Amino acid sequence: MTKQTNKNVFIVADNVYSPVGNTTAANFARLKENVTGVKKHFDSAMSPLPFYASLFDAEASFSSDGPYTKFEQLLIRSIDDALKQSVIDAGDPNTILIISTTKGNISLLETEKHSPAFRERIALSTSAKIVADHFGFRQVPIIISNACISGVLAILTGMRLLRAGVYENAVITGADVISKFILSGFQSFQALSPDVCRPFDEAHDGLNLGEGAGTVVLSVDKKYAGSLKVKGGSVGNDANHISGPSRTGQELAGAIMKSLDDANIGAGDIGFISAHGTGTVYNDEMEAKALLIAGLENVPLNSLKGYYGHTLGAAGLIETIISAESLRKGLILGTPGFVNAPELYPVNVGASHKSFDAVNFLKTASGFGGCNAAVIIGK
Amino acid sequence: MADQNYITASCKIENGLVEKDGRNLFTHAGDVGSLLLAAYQHFRLSYPKFHKMDRLSKLGWLATEVLLMDSFEQGKYEPEDISVILANASSSLDDDLKYYDSVAEAASPSLFVYTLPNIVIGEICIRNHFKGEQAFFIQGNFQSEFIQQQAAYLLANNCTKCCVCGWVDILGEEYKCVLFLVEKIKKGNAALFSAVNMDEIFNSTAK
Repeated sequence: MTKQTNKNVFIVADNVYSPVGNTTAANFARLKENVTGVKKHFDSAMSPLPFYASLFDAEASFSSDGPYTKFEQLLIRSIDDALKQSVIDAGDPNTILIISTTKGNISLLETEKHSPAFRERIALSTSAKIVADHFGFRQVPIIISNACISGVLAILTGMRLLRAGVYENAVITGADVISKFILSGFQSFQALSPDVCRPFDEAHDGLNLGEGAGTVVLSVDKKYAGSLKVKGGSVGNDANHISGPSRTGQELAGAIMKSLDDANIGAGDIGFISAHGTGTVYNDEMEAKALLIAGLENVPLNSLKGYYGHTLGAAGLIETIISAESLRKGLILGTPGFVNAPELYPVNVGASHKSFDAVNFLKTASGFGGCNAAVIIGK
Repeated sequence: MADQNYITASCKIENGLVEKDGRNLFTHAGDVGSLLLAAYQHFRLSYPKFHKMDRLSKLGWLATEVLLMDSFEQGKYEPEDISVILANASSSLDDDLKYYDSVAEAASPSLFVYTLPNIVIGEICIRNHFKGEQAFFIQGNFQSEFIQQQAAYLLANNCTKCCVCGWVDILGEEYKCVLFLVEKIKKGNAALFSAVNMDEIFNSTAK
């Protein structure tokens, strides 16, 4: 068996572009002050009832009549900031652009006539080309749309392409925009909390949606030695239900354990966990069971959904980038909304921020279609 | 050098034809909705959930049934060692349009759940008890080289032992599905798992 895992994959630069802030540093500074993007909204164009979500306000000034949609502007702003921090050249044929999203430009369905030209415009490959051309990427971008694991899967896809030597650098970006389409769907599923979400709390009763973008730039260039590394990861399927998670958590646990093997470390080497932690009863319970099976029940854990809501195709990126910043700064963030765990939960959820010293963290994600993913980032 | 991988079966559904390994098994003259149902009946499949699926899931699920039929010794593999990698151009737009039409009256959760392209992977995994790696990619056109590289990486690095991969796309009356079963064993006249051989099957016309 030829294992291609000998190459280190370094995190060179990153950006979080969210209602909380426009850079990773700005986001982390505000989260430290317990600022959250989740607010109550009254918007009859989106929903007849008020709802809680983390949305950009009018000051974010997305142009509505330019060549780029809001989704594309989000990707461009996030990529732009990440690229500015690095010397990586978008025009280098050894650099690949990877885009993660669940619904991309779906809001165009709500405003545009459904003509053939519209079908071309709404296609994700059209957005990908527009964004790639903006920065001068030479390779055809890779687009991943795999429900709520899209962001983590995009990072793993980049890691694998770099390990295999197909490219030297990967610019991995993701975004989703919340519109009536998405909001009405989650409402129809009765998946939304009537208040701010409370991941892993005994009173958890649903999720909040959020919009935003995240970008991480990876490289195998040894000059980045000393930067954090993407050490390993794995993906799997529950093979149980298209809209409900596994009853046992065995499959997410399997993805976590394969990730540990891929990173060549043990459960004891994980310093903290950034959980998917949506705040729905089903998700949180399944994750707690999975972490117990994987031997990670005592490891400090947080969910960032109380700050950002569930940012769908961006969630895996935003939450991995913020957690990487936690690792660099030695500060694990708390879990807004969490007070008391349900009686039977074995996991170690932190309510407030805590200083710590760790080498690695685990990021997990799960989504519709029964998919699970895990990635390990470390020093 | 990694071990060689082989295309041990292929299935194509296109232009009213259902083909397996390049042989036409079923022909239907009608719209895509009636084709999917007629093929389901022709192959005597019995899976009540089929009728609840959106058309993208029906297309991919049906092609997987034909792909694996009489070809696949699933007992040789653990569920965690079988992976599914699919791609298309239209994502789930075929169902997105139907879901959005429902929003004006009452948003339908049973349509909403299919507004993600990877749900077809979920349906295939549930039916066949596959629990391994998975990914859904969006591409303007079928990129055989990329899909081949993705599957070959998983096979070479012990992330999977067997992979169902290919293309499943539908929007309105336009549809095409081509799936490949990829294993590390050479069976009969199985073709080498290469982008060139994938393209040949993808672009061929039925005999």
